[in-house]
Amino acid sequence: MAYPMQLGFQDATSPIMEELLHFHDHTLMIVFLISSLVLYIISLMLTTKLTHTSTMDAQEIETIWTILPAIILILIALPSLRILYMMDEINNPSLTVKTMGHQWYWSYEYTDYEDLNFDSYMIPTSELKPGELRLLEVDNRVVLPMEMTIRMLISSEDVLHSWAVPSLGLKTDAIPGRLNQTTLMSTRPGLYYGQ
Amino acid sequence: MLGAECPKPCKGKWTTPPFDPRFPNQNQTRNCYQNFLDYHRCIKTMNRRGKSTQPCEYYLRVYHSLCPISWVQRWKEQIKDGTFAGKI
Repeated sequence: MAYPMQLGFQDATSPIMEELLHFHDHTLMIVFLISSLVLYIISLMLTTKLTHTSTMDAQEIETIWTILPAIILILIALPSLRILYMMDEINNPSLTVKTMGHQWYWSYEYTDYEDLNFDSYMIPTSELKPGELRLLEVDNRVVLPMEMTIRMLISSEDVLHSWAVPSLGLKTDAIPGRLNQTTLMSTRPGLYYGQ
Repeated sequence: MLGAECPKPCKGKWTTPPFDPRFPNQNQTRNCYQNFLDYHRCIKTMNRRGKSTQPCEYYLRVYHSLCPISWVQRWKEQIKDGTFAGKI
């Protein structure tokens, strides 16, 4: 769950989220490297007394600063595409859970065997017990088995909503009249918050 | 009505609808609707021929797992009223 003064993502609970965390670290490192290089060069430019007023062409450096960014972009794109395709892998789920968005609560349906459905309202701030998280606690939680691939089908009964659980790396829109599917696989037991 | 047995033609106990290659993408609306239509068409055809409707149970299980309860109720009401838009 989120904690005060948090800078990064929440701890990963699914393999996809772990991949996303690594990718984010990799890309952010590239961004920091480029920014610090640019800042360093700017500082060099501003603190020199040398001048050179007759530059005509600079073929070598132009070649370098065309090819090098292209390589950097490819280095960013390849892991990104790998994760994208990994998210769409065909996996046979073991359970199907449907969630319908309403104004302003979620309802969950487990209908593989018997009809089980319930509503899940947010606990108002005035009724929170000490230690509970504001705007995140609900009265009926969604209970899911761990280490099993679960198919989540998300839709809405009225307006557009969005179902998100950051620690699982999930965010899917709930659109009335459309059934969006996402797969979920949690690697450890716990209580995860989302919106 | 819904036991844990997997109706023919699959083997073993029923868990959840398997991956359907006709609907590989994120939008599963058609998957749900198609199975609902297939179930009703199957029932109608089997009844017309006087055969058992047991093979139609598969479609029932799939649409029951995939379709939101409110959608199924609405469609059933429409079928009862004769205003259902699909061809059954």
